[in-house]
Amino acid sequence: MSEAPIIEIRGLRKTYHVGRVDVEALRGVDLDVARGEFVSIVGPSGSGKSTLFHIVGGLTPATSGGVRIGGREVGAMSDAARTRLRKTTVSFVFQKFNLLPNLTAADNIELARFLAGKNHGADPHFQDVLKLLGIADRLRHKPSELSGGEQQRVAIARAVVNHPAILLADEPTGNLDSVNSRTVLELLRDLNERLGQTILMITHNPEAAAYGHRLVHMHDGRIVATPPPT
Amino acid sequence: MRYRPLRTLLSVLLIAIPVTLILTLVGLSRGMLDESKKRTSGVGADIMVRPPGSSIISFSGAPMRQGLVKKLRQEPHVVQATGVIVQQVSGITSIFGVDLGEFNTMSGGFDFIEGGPFKRPDDILIDDYYAQQEKKHAGDTINVLNHNWRVAGIFQSGKLARMVLPISVVQDLTGNTGRVSLIYLKVDKPASIDPVVASLRKQFEGYPIYPMAEYLSAISVENVPALNSFIHVVIAIGVVIGFAVVCLSMYMAVLQRTREIGILKSLGASRAYILALIVAEAFMMGFFGTLVGILFSFGARWLILTLVPASLQQAIVPDWWPLAGLIALFASLLGALYPGFRAARQDPIEALSYE
Repeated sequence: MSEAPIIEIRGLRKTYHVGRVDVEALRGVDLDVARGEFVSIVGPSGSGKSTLFHIVGGLTPATSGGVRIGGREVGAMSDAARTRLRKTTVSFVFQKFNLLPNLTAADNIELARFLAGKNHGADPHFQDVLKLLGIADRLRHKPSELSGGEQQRVAIARAVVNHPAILLADEPTGNLDSVNSRTVLELLRDLNERLGQTILMITHNPEAAAYGHRLVHMHDGRIVATPPPT
Repeated sequence: MRYRPLRTLLSVLLIAIPVTLILTLVGLSRGMLDESKKRTSGVGADIMVRPPGSSIISFSGAPMRQGLVKKLRQEPHVVQATGVIVQQVSGITSIFGVDLGEFNTMSGGFDFIEGGPFKRPDDILIDDYYAQQEKKHAGDTINVLNHNWRVAGIFQSGKLARMVLPISVVQDLTGNTGRVSLIYLKVDKPASIDPVVASLRKQFEGYPIYPMAEYLSAISVENVPALNSFIHVVIAIGVVIGFAVVCLSMYMAVLQRTREIGILKSLGASRAYILALIVAEAFMMGFFGTLVGILFSFGARWLILTLVPASLQQAIVPDWWPLAGLIALFASLLGALYPGFRAARQDPIEALSYE
């Protein structure tokens, strides 16, 4: 019998109320992601990709339907349980890096460990990750002193420092040039292949999407079999 | 805090203001009462007789007949008696009229730094604080009670008054000929004080008659009418200012850090953690505001000593530091609650998209 998917999404709907207008961001999404899978989610702006991520990461509740992570229903979780989910199970990498500007790269990473209550003692495994990311010598610098590619690598280091089961990468190369984009994508693939990190990545870029094991197309809040004609 | 140094510095300064206000007000009250005590005890008397219906702080006016001094001098165990007349000059400054011979016998006389006793009818004696404030020396002229007086002598402060004239001069000037404001008595031995007071209280019903020790111990902030209420009002103002400053400052901080709060939430920071961050920053502001307020109270004291040493005296009141600190901290924490809860409740997605 095969292992249960780490992410199970069933009939997921999300409606935002913007003034008096209801905007349906997700209109019934079904998706399974296996442990250790690298899934690329592609689709035009407004197709619901980010909303899907926010619900999977416990940042916002679904209007209906369900998301199970490791067998646990996210919608049934309390606020505190969703907070724990983000500390231990799901982590994010954003297009705009979202590093705290006043902290050094090392402190940004250390903060994630601190919030997860894991900042006691060295983590030899994480030292390997730092080597893999190639930022070991840039850790004392603040984000403003780092290039975009370096900032994104710090953000990835911060995202994986607590060994989350799932890494959600929202347009991780959206603000990077082609050289840095390639570096970051190769790092994500390395993390997936060497460490078995489950990754869901949103991207507009077909070249970036090709780094994943599987491509999921979204359009108008639904998963579609083939990309819509542009 | 250190990342928004100007806002933090301004907040700390604003929190320091009520702390300074409280410490300066209490320090002024205590300093001036202590100075008054010191000068009164410098008279060297054992008993004080005051006019009926007089308040414990104010001496001004001359409702007692001077003949009473002679009568009291004849009481058993009373070895010396002298009457003084007190006239308010301006605000809280008073001039005392004394019989210099009687006063010198009772107190041991003034210690002159410059000049000496009265020689001419227009002579005045002033203490060193008043001389410093008015920049006067022996032989200079000062105008008091619409008259020009020659400074005959400058004496070491701590005896009776800042300005002293012959009693008859003040009596005539103020239309109180043959009247006094206070009578000081000295008895033969300390054991006689209480029996003499008891006897005088029987004979002179309605006159406040105190042993000096009892009178001096009664001079305190608590016994000054309305002063306690005034201090409470200043404390309330302090709480309001502290609350408003911290509330505004932390509200600004939360707005400025909306995105950072979103990042923290995406990393798994709980609501309690976000609230604790805001409260901790407010606590630090309150703490440093208290320290700066204490420093400012030293500055206020220095300013008062430099500008008006004779008119105002400010004591440093370390026993009030904890209370002033608690008031600043309480106000700061109160002010941090709304911004703190707002930050804790911030929607992480909105926060992350905040530019």
